[in-house]
Amino acid sequence: MTEQFEPRILGFLCNWCSYAGADLAGVSRISYPTNIRIIRTMCSGRVDPLHVLEAFRQGVDGVLVTGCHPGDCHYITGNYACEKRVNFLKDVLAQVGIDPRRLRLEWVSASEGGKFAKVVKEMIEEVRKLGPSPLRKERQEETVAT
Amino acid sequence: MAEQEPRVGVFVCHCGINIGGVVNIPQVVKYVKTLPNVAYAEDNIYTCSAEGIDKIKAAIKEHSLNRVVVASCTPRTHEPLFRGACVDAGVNPYLFELANIREHCSWVHMREPEKATEKAKDIVRMAVARASFLKPQEESEVPVDPTALIIGGGISGITSSLCLANQGFKVYLVEKEPELGGMLRKIYRLYPTDEDASKVLEASIRAVRNHKNINILTSTNIKSVDGYIGNFEITALKDNGESKFKVGTVIVATGAVEFKPVGMYGYDKYDRVLTQVDLEKVLQSGKSDVDKFFKPQRVAMIQCVGAREEKPPRAYCSRICCMVAVKNAMLLKEWYPESEVYIIYQDMQTYGKDYEEHHRKARVADIKFINYTKENPPQVVPLPDNRLRVTVYHALLGEKRELDCDLVVLSTPLVQHESARELSKMLKVPLGQDEFFLEAHVKLRPVDFATDGIYVCGTAHGPKDIGESLSQAYAVSSRAASPMANRKVRTEAITAVVDRDRCVGCRMCERLCPFGAHRIEEGKSTVIDALCKGCGVCAAACLRRAITMRHFTDDQIMAEVKTAFLTKAPTQPEAPTNVGGKIGE
Repeated sequence: MTEQFEPRILGFLCNWCSYAGADLAGVSRISYPTNIRIIRTMCSGRVDPLHVLEAFRQGVDGVLVTGCHPGDCHYITGNYACEKRVNFLKDVLAQVGIDPRRLRLEWVSASEGGKFAKVVKEMIEEVRKLGPSPLRKERQEETVAT
Repeated sequence: MAEQEPRVGVFVCHCGINIGGVVNIPQVVKYVKTLPNVAYAEDNIYTCSAEGIDKIKAAIKEHSLNRVVVASCTPRTHEPLFRGACVDAGVNPYLFELANIREHCSWVHMREPEKATEKAKDIVRMAVARASFLKPQEESEVPVDPTALIIGGGISGITSSLCLANQGFKVYLVEKEPELGGMLRKIYRLYPTDEDASKVLEASIRAVRNHKNINILTSTNIKSVDGYIGNFEITALKDNGESKFKVGTVIVATGAVEFKPVGMYGYDKYDRVLTQVDLEKVLQSGKSDVDKFFKPQRVAMIQCVGAREEKPPRAYCSRICCMVAVKNAMLLKEWYPESEVYIIYQDMQTYGKDYEEHHRKARVADIKFINYTKENPPQVVPLPDNRLRVTVYHALLGEKRELDCDLVVLSTPLVQHESARELSKMLKVPLGQDEFFLEAHVKLRPVDFATDGIYVCGTAHGPKDIGESLSQAYAVSSRAASPMANRKVRTEAITAVVDRDRCVGCRMCERLCPFGAHRIEEGKSTVIDALCKGCGVCAAACLRRAITMRHFTDDQIMAEVKTAFLTKAPTQPEAPTNVGGKIGE
């Protein structure tokens, strides 16, 4: 029997909007699957392309970056820098054979607990359809299977 | 001084049953003990209790801990408390890390306890890995302007203005309408004392007008808010003329408005269907004027109109309407003893002291209460003689009742102003799903926003009556007074640092910095600490990897990336090699 593929999603959440949005999902008890792990940064603009590439190198199946809505950034324009980098990274990923849909940028405000849960669910389902990351197999040889 | 090997202490919190009811805490603790650098681990029923804090301090001493991880709730509310415990025990507050296994785990995975337990292990492992790379930081101090901006000149804003002004602080009280007073101007009598609202209000307005510390700006809107705690720069707009001033703290007291039940129970079709606030206006004109208008024989009040709905934004109970209906029903009965007054309700919620007593008096005074269910709401149709027929299924008697009424009054909820969203963006503070301003924590920080130096009181935060609004108005005054009385606050130490040996002066950071904190001096970038807000946009962009973000270094973030989904036996990830040649921008 083959087990259902469970995507591993790594999320980078900005402290002021998206992390608070994820907190609100918790406070509101809006459930979503357990596949995501969360890293908090002060701003989505702190997310370095190398952080994202390292995540893929580690064998995650998808990376979700979330920040404040355009115009709402606590740091005024950090989310625009983030958007540029994510778009650039999608090109890089495509060139090295990783489906760019595995990287997703979403705007989630502090009041959008429901949206955060929805985005996570959607992303898990999309990545589930894409299957395991091509880098995951390589990585798994080094690690013990789950 | 040589750096010590990390010795991490981990405190895993049950949070009563909030975490412990879903996540298997003993399993997590057992796992944590196998992680590299973990010198000590225990579980607590409530780590944030006085006992839990004492246990952290004791363990730091007993096990020579130099890093502390608490696995419990969100750092957005509890980090300061636990950092305080570290400081008390001689550990720099920046050597503390929270693993959020409540908001991001137990509360969102309640039906999957096994998977939630595995995820909790991962979350704690990430926090331990990050903690091992944490460095002590020093916080700098910023001066605080002892001046407050209070947005909204209703009874909440007026009260907190007076409270702060009496403590010697300067206050700007900004009201968008030409007159102070807000919602209270529209109200006739106040429950439970039957006082005249205008008298209460006039006394307060007179006091703020005559106060030397209060600068009142009416017909004025806030155009922009820049800066941070202690140093906000405000631009206000009046008749297209702008004024600018500096304040140290900001209080949001913008109030709420009554929901207009357009399309419900004939509200916009028939003159004799009013809301409670419409009725207040009629009552305000006095009995002799009302007599000229009509002498009601029968009045029906319908509760929960447009409130307690299935889905947000109006899923909440508006808290005040039951008492408002009881109060106004009693008043009508007093003026017109021969009339019949009905309150058609789903649940009467006259909570707390005095209020239930009022409800009982109303029943004794022969106000008639009819219970309806959400599934069977009453119906209102017009009669040829200008009256209205209210048909209602009496849920307790199990029979249909027809009431021919002279007046139908709809009790509708308080709702947020349309302009609130704009203000929330300006201040960078959140609105909840009900669209009211959302406090930093419902129990622990009920009048603070997560953003330092900005506070909320009164009905801007949700429906409440005068007494409750005033309690909050006094609360925010106390919260805002502390930094202003100290004249300074400590700021977070999260700022950018440039390695001048690596920097080649490419000016990328200078170009990207939203705050102008990077200046090129002698061909190298220099950070002006007071301007740097710690976003890290520059660090992520620096092609030479010359910029380090304090407390969010590449090492710290990479440690989390590398341990998020580790499946083999964990080892401490080595720091990434910090060589140039970087992708991006």
